[in-house]
Amino acid sequence: MPDGAQPVLDVRELKTVFKIRGGEVHAVNDVSFDLKPGELLGVVGESGSGKSVTMMSLLGLLPSPPADVRGGTVTFDGQDLLKVDAETLRMTRGGKIGFVFQDPMTSLNPVYNVGMQIMEPLRKHMGMTKKQAAVRAKELLELVGIPDADQRLKDYPHQFSGGMRQRVMIAIALACDPKVLIADEPTTALDVTIQAQILELMKELQERLGMAVIWITHDLGVVAGIADRVVVMYGGQIVEQAPTRELFKNPQHPYTRALLKTVPRVSGGREDRLEIIEGQPPILAASPTACPFRDRCDVAIDRCAHENPQRYDVGNNHDAACFYDARTGAPRDV
Amino acid sequence: MLTYTFRRLLTAIPTLIFISLIIFLLLDMAPGDPTAQLPLTIPPEVREQIRQSLGLGEPVHIRYLLWLKQMVWSEPVYYLSQSVDWISAPDEARLISWQTRAPVMDTILERLPQTLMVVGLAYVVGVLIALPIGIISAYKQYSVFDQAGTFVSMIGFSIPPFFSGVLMIILFTVMMPNDSFWWFPSIYDTTLVIDSWENFGKQVRQMVLPVMVLALQTTAQISRFMRASMLDNLNQDYVRTARAKGMTESVVVLKHVLRNSMIPVVTVIALGIPAIFGGAIITEQIFKVNGIGQLLIVSIQASDVPMVQTLTFIFAILIVFFNLIADILYGILDPRIRYD
Repeated sequence: MPDGAQPVLDVRELKTVFKIRGGEVHAVNDVSFDLKPGELLGVVGESGSGKSVTMMSLLGLLPSPPADVRGGTVTFDGQDLLKVDAETLRMTRGGKIGFVFQDPMTSLNPVYNVGMQIMEPLRKHMGMTKKQAAVRAKELLELVGIPDADQRLKDYPHQFSGGMRQRVMIAIALACDPKVLIADEPTTALDVTIQAQILELMKELQERLGMAVIWITHDLGVVAGIADRVVVMYGGQIVEQAPTRELFKNPQHPYTRALLKTVPRVSGGREDRLEIIEGQPPILAASPTACPFRDRCDVAIDRCAHENPQRYDVGNNHDAACFYDARTGAPRDV
Repeated sequence: MLTYTFRRLLTAIPTLIFISLIIFLLLDMAPGDPTAQLPLTIPPEVREQIRQSLGLGEPVHIRYLLWLKQMVWSEPVYYLSQSVDWISAPDEARLISWQTRAPVMDTILERLPQTLMVVGLAYVVGVLIALPIGIISAYKQYSVFDQAGTFVSMIGFSIPPFFSGVLMIILFTVMMPNDSFWWFPSIYDTTLVIDSWENFGKQVRQMVLPVMVLALQTTAQISRFMRASMLDNLNQDYVRTARAKGMTESVVVLKHVLRNSMIPVVTVIALGIPAIFGGAIITEQIFKVNGIGQLLIVSIQASDVPMVQTLTFIFAILIVFFNLIADILYGILDPRIRYD
């Protein structure tokens, strides 16, 4: 921690397992990270790497069964969110931690107008009257850049475009001045121009309101543009963590390096084919005893098949879970 | 919405005219002649009156038009003239039943209260039981409650009322001791006048068995429908959003999910209402409820063409009307549907 600030959210060794017919899927394995006040943390990884499941586990949003949050601690506001009673958890959700989901087309209830949907958390968490909530809802719509807010409050979700719906979702998430906003691929379902608008809006709101943001994405370009710090996830665990600039300048984990190579470049020769990472991410039927990336890794050694590497500190507030040391070009001596 | 309703009401007119034509022609092809059944002692002028009121002897299209005029004009005008002074009764003879020689509409209005009481109450009871069962079954999918609900619906679907009705009579009328609280009459007494608490209790008791038999069927259908609709919605993204906003489970389920799930269910419930007026042919027979269903079956057996024609046409009107109601309800419940 460079500035020594107390983290607003501290996740330690989180484990989430899905029970399926005839077995289990270990979706999140000993994930630990923290989030400092006012920080924008990017979480990257390909589909199925456990990004969304991790964030939903924090707030108990996964349907159980089949999901089972097996262990770990999630410290927020001096309490462990995995152990608090249902009512405290509900007051945290929407009240202190806001959530924006991936698909704005289906994330709003089609039969209620957006005003009601924005006012709902205001009335529950802030104890506002209908009138107060209506005033605040109008402010929120203006805050997220929806013109003619007064009229739009009475409109139903189907009367909004995709980008506008995502703005409404953001307004709902911001309604009660949360300390933390978790955005789960909020721009994935939107086209590129709208994506840029939403990114700009989020960055601006984050600076203005001073909240901490967790931004889940599989787009490294997005992360480079807005994140202060990045966490790279693979096979349900964090494989690398570093400040954004450091990560892009000095990637340590072979997966991160492979990911960075897959980003197409506008400059440079045209003769190159787009880089890909061969193979599929693993589906873990048990707690991993080996490095989940070894099958797709170009620097794998024997040790990778017997032992799951811990996260090794490589300086500059940077760590990577790999036995191979990218700085020396040789296996770590640990 | 108002223009839509008006437009739909207008388009209902050609639909109903077409239906009436089909009904008339179909029943006209059925065997049976009104005067053939009459005893020879009946004076010729009465015979003639029946002939006139039915327009028999005319070609089929004339008879159809006369019947239609009687259905949509003479009968309504007659009932209007009964209730207000300034309209005089039409000159034509009323539509007469071939079987009872009484005006068809009067007979139907006599039978309607029993049917609405028994079949209507059964529908209300069935729906009121079905909705919570459907909601809980879906919310606790594959739980013991859900399995039990599935079992009961399967029974409701698969056991016809001519079996369940007789079974009820054996259990609650024959085998049950007469002085027991659980003894219920198997015969519905229409002559019972509700003028005291005691008679009200009697009325309730005599309705129990037919209502139970009919409600079982309604419950089976509506609860399955409700469950399926709830399940469709419980996995939607907006439900996760509602939970992420910190809403309690009761708000999530009863406000967010239920409103969405009710949209198709309300239509099904509305479309089932015309069937109430149709009565329950079998159940009414079993429990001797002299309602519309029983009237219809007796009229068919006696080839009482005017009665059957009229009843069928009234059902057609109700079905068209409740289709419209269902569509309007759809528009009210679902903001995505706009009719103008």
